[in-house]
Amino acid sequence: MKLNTNSNSYIIIYSAILVVIVAFLLAFVYQALKPMQDANVALDIKKQILYSLNIRGLDGAEAEAKYAEVVKDEKEAGNKLYYECEIDGQKKYVFPLKGMGLWGGISAFISVDDDLNTIYGAYFNHESETAGLGAEIKDSQVWQEKFQGKKIYSDDGQLAIGVVKNVENPASEVDCVTGATLTSNGVSDMLREGLKQYITNLKED
Amino acid sequence: MALFSKQNKEAFTNPLNLDHPILGQVLGICSALAVTSQLKPAIVMGLAVTVITAFANVIISIIRNTIPNRIRIVVQLVVVAALVTIVSQILKAFAYDVSVQLSVYVGLIITNCILMGRLEAFAMQNKPWPSFLDGVGNGLGYAMILVIVGAVRELLGRGSLLGFQIIPDACYDFGYVNNGMMTMPAMALILVGCVIWVHRAYFYKEK
Repeated sequence: MKLNTNSNSYIIIYSAILVVIVAFLLAFVYQALKPMQDANVALDIKKQILYSLNIRGLDGAEAEAKYAEVVKDEKEAGNKLYYECEIDGQKKYVFPLKGMGLWGGISAFISVDDDLNTIYGAYFNHESETAGLGAEIKDSQVWQEKFQGKKIYSDDGQLAIGVVKNVENPASEVDCVTGATLTSNGVSDMLREGLKQYITNLKED
Repeated sequence: MALFSKQNKEAFTNPLNLDHPILGQVLGICSALAVTSQLKPAIVMGLAVTVITAFANVIISIIRNTIPNRIRIVVQLVVVAALVTIVSQILKAFAYDVSVQLSVYVGLIITNCILMGRLEAFAMQNKPWPSFLDGVGNGLGYAMILVIVGAVRELLGRGSLLGFQIIPDACYDFGYVNNGMMTMPAMALILVGCVIWVHRAYFYKEK
């Protein structure tokens, strides 16, 4: 007897069985690989924190070791996580920030000196900014290095840090990424709001 | 039937020249433009497409007689989507950096016209072994272009290959500058155009 492969009941049973098989297969693969994927994500975050402390080019076990050496403590300020680090005997804070870019979320790790005002280093990440334009915030090391030494507050106590088109206050402001004004604005907002919250919270403690 | 009969050989070699998916049929251009700014993701993407095309072809070919005609595209999509998800998970576990670079494009293999084209045009009518060869041939044909374009773009755009610097520092001291245009997708389109041009002019023979 030849099955009528065009009957409705055959089609329904066929697709149901196919989908169940595929579902089990995918669930199995996901469960089996999950621990390794989690380890990769955790390592990636550690690397980003090291990048923000201007330690670049380390891989795998090297990065793990350096992270264990440099990052002393994970603490909270007003329910927000931050990292206390030590480089050459000097205390640094690393603040994780989140904001909005042009197409999706952006995030950053900013390391700040003990005076809670001078930026020591910065690393940015994004979900879906345009390659070559907005994505430069992550890809361009030169741009990230421009943040080193910038003051978050001006001398009269005003919030001064920012990413702007025409830099008028080079002590605190960084030049926009060309062709990515909206992403740069997102970075600017993220820095101003995030850093202000952290620093106010830390100073109250 | 011999494993490497004339027909089977053609199933493998045709997509490398006459029926080349990119050069002959101009399929799969979108991902070819997107992932070729450096060599490493281009190679990984080429391998991923080769593996997925080959195995999707085999699976569809094995079950080709049981697939209800009215939902055959759905069945093909389910098989491809399952394979793509598995490959993407494996990349995340074993090559995290590359999977971050490839980002959405691994997922977009599902909609790569090369795959659907081969499944519909070849695997639905042929036995598993020729289908496997056809899949590998098409995947390698696609990978070949990705590697050529990726190598040219990385060499001229960043002065390196696979992340190792090729153009010596001395050249930069003399005023040589990396071509930023090469890192943009638009140049990939022009390069693919040049490759198609060379292929048509020198290698393409009418059947």
